[in-house]
Amino acid sequence: MTRAPSAADTAPPPAPRGSFTTVSGRPLAALYTPADISTLDYERDLGDPGEFPYTRGIHPDGYRGRLWTMRQFAGFGTPEQTNARYQQLLAAGGTGLSVAFDLPTLMGRDPDHALSLGEVGKCGVNVTSLADMEALFSGIDVAAVTTSMTINSPASILLAMYLVVAEQQATLRSGSGQAGWQTLSGTTQNDILKEFIAQKEYIYPPRPSMRLVTDTLAFCAAQAPKWNTISVSGYHIREAGATAAQELAFTLRDGIEYVQYGIDAGLDVDAFAPRLSFFFNSHSDLFEEVAKYRAARRIWAHVMRDRFKATNPRSWQLRFHTQTAGVSLTAQQPYNNVVRTALQAMAAVLGGTQSLHTNSLDEALALPTADAATLALRTQQIIAHETGVAGVADPFGGSYVVEALTRDLEDEALAYIETIDRMGGMVEAIERGYPQREIADSAYRFQQAVEQRDRVIVGVNEFVEEHEPIETLYIDDSVAEHQLARLEQVRAARDADTVRRALDRLEAGAGGNENTMPLLMDAVRAYATIGEMCDALRRVWGEYEEVAVI
Amino acid sequence: MAKIRVVIAKPGLDGHDRGARVIARALRDAGMEVIYTGLRQTPEQIVAAALQEDADVIGLSILSGAHMHICPRIMALLQEKRLQDVLVVVGGIIPDVDVPKLRAIGVRGLFLPGTPMQEVVDFIRTNARSRVESL
Repeated sequence: MTRAPSAADTAPPPAPRGSFTTVSGRPLAALYTPADISTLDYERDLGDPGEFPYTRGIHPDGYRGRLWTMRQFAGFGTPEQTNARYQQLLAAGGTGLSVAFDLPTLMGRDPDHALSLGEVGKCGVNVTSLADMEALFSGIDVAAVTTSMTINSPASILLAMYLVVAEQQATLRSGSGQAGWQTLSGTTQNDILKEFIAQKEYIYPPRPSMRLVTDTLAFCAAQAPKWNTISVSGYHIREAGATAAQELAFTLRDGIEYVQYGIDAGLDVDAFAPRLSFFFNSHSDLFEEVAKYRAARRIWAHVMRDRFKATNPRSWQLRFHTQTAGVSLTAQQPYNNVVRTALQAMAAVLGGTQSLHTNSLDEALALPTADAATLALRTQQIIAHETGVAGVADPFGGSYVVEALTRDLEDEALAYIETIDRMGGMVEAIERGYPQREIADSAYRFQQAVEQRDRVIVGVNEFVEEHEPIETLYIDDSVAEHQLARLEQVRAARDADTVRRALDRLEAGAGGNENTMPLLMDAVRAYATIGEMCDALRRVWGEYEEVAVI
Repeated sequence: MAKIRVVIAKPGLDGHDRGARVIARALRDAGMEVIYTGLRQTPEQIVAAALQEDADVIGLSILSGAHMHICPRIMALLQEKRLQDVLVVVGGIIPDVDVPKLRAIGVRGLFLPGTPMQEVVDFIRTNARSRVESL
């Protein structure tokens, strides 16, 4: 794999190639001075950590009171296989779980549907019914861990399954009928807007999709008050090609849309806003990324206090998860990805993230092996315990360049937010294809810069050399067979009449104004499958198809 | 010479379309006629689109790991419709062990992460069936 350095490697360093712009194409000055931040007012624009507008972080003591949660996104194959990976991650010192579902689950299809062919268990774990959720968390006390579930269009269905598993475990423990939901903590991504914008795993059209989201807001505010209902996600927006400013702007504008829909549904803003969290990308441009997180906190604090008149400081505080940039990883010279990920993770920590996923070195090739996933976790532990960066809150506060970039990103994001406001909101902007087009343009510009070698990617368009293939994880078709067999068992064992009645009630409720969450819980308890539940909703709302534009 | 006609498709359930869209633009900017089918196309829909559009090339973007199910089906359908001279290329995440299997069933171009757009353009120009303007 490695070779001795050659003369070319040890020769005097050449001047950096390319133009001096950030990875988003933002020009950088050679030097920043007090003149660049002359309008900055400490109390107004920064404040101490823990003080409005939270530019410097939401905790007065930074990470001294509590480190970020090291939350590694994992899921593949059968629920049993993923359960084993979770047990391993927890044993290795991971502090939270994060479920990756396969495409049939994300798209609300059973494993025996024609479109599921070849997809079962490939990109994540397959969860078709409550029986799979029970297997996924077998031997894991859901009251003692926090679980994040990356699920969007069928988010309320997976949340219902998780709540029923919590209920089962609580009943076993106490013998009573206490569901244990009051203290249950975790997150559903449940961010359908970014699916329309970037990741494209949508089922229903935007408006009924938003109804499902507001149903979870109302249900959790009353029943599961510690559940983080929506993780408003810029990650996928960035991966699809957005610049840092576009990621910031579209994500925060999505957040605004959810808050507005919640208020319009009759909820008190302070009853649900504290349980909204965010999820950002950490790309390779360190200063720009740190500035992005700081700008995000400042914008959100003002939006919540000034635009929505929230009075609970917890509504003003933007909490976020971060994942390092999968899109920056290369299939060429995969060990280089360890370094990229470490630097990106460092940016997230310097920016004050509340939780972090570090990508594995093999993720441009396949889902990670167990060894690669452990190394990714160790990367975070080294940052936390060896580098000293976790000892000081907002260490870049006052840096001329980072403060200038924080302000510039804020200005650019606010201009986008205003544009989308003028369109009538994010749902309307999506229907026009506006954010989709902006992102596609940025993605193409970036690729052109790479082709013209304006942007160097080590091992891809510069410093190229052959490397030995590394060992990767291969998911075979036995997973699909296993899941098809369990589906058959579930269908044979359950009471068909109870299932049918629950699905009929769901369909009727979706056609009216009733909250769909209790109806889904009943269907889940009856072991209805995800495909059956989603089909009931498809019959009422139809399916969304985007206009394909290049 | 008439323009090379390319159908770019995203089969399967995956929605990550950055690669498909970037390549579609690159081929269009290189002077080809590009038809992008949009998301979640079945093999049947993709082959029907190729037939209807009189395509010289089918470009598939697959990241989800379903390629060993999707590609054989598409190649069989092309045989059935007597479209064997349509050049099939695949871009995406393809494990090394599957590369020879895909070549064996007639997928001629395989482009893994990091491939320059120009390489794809050149490959298609060299390998697409020749299309002489009939006057």
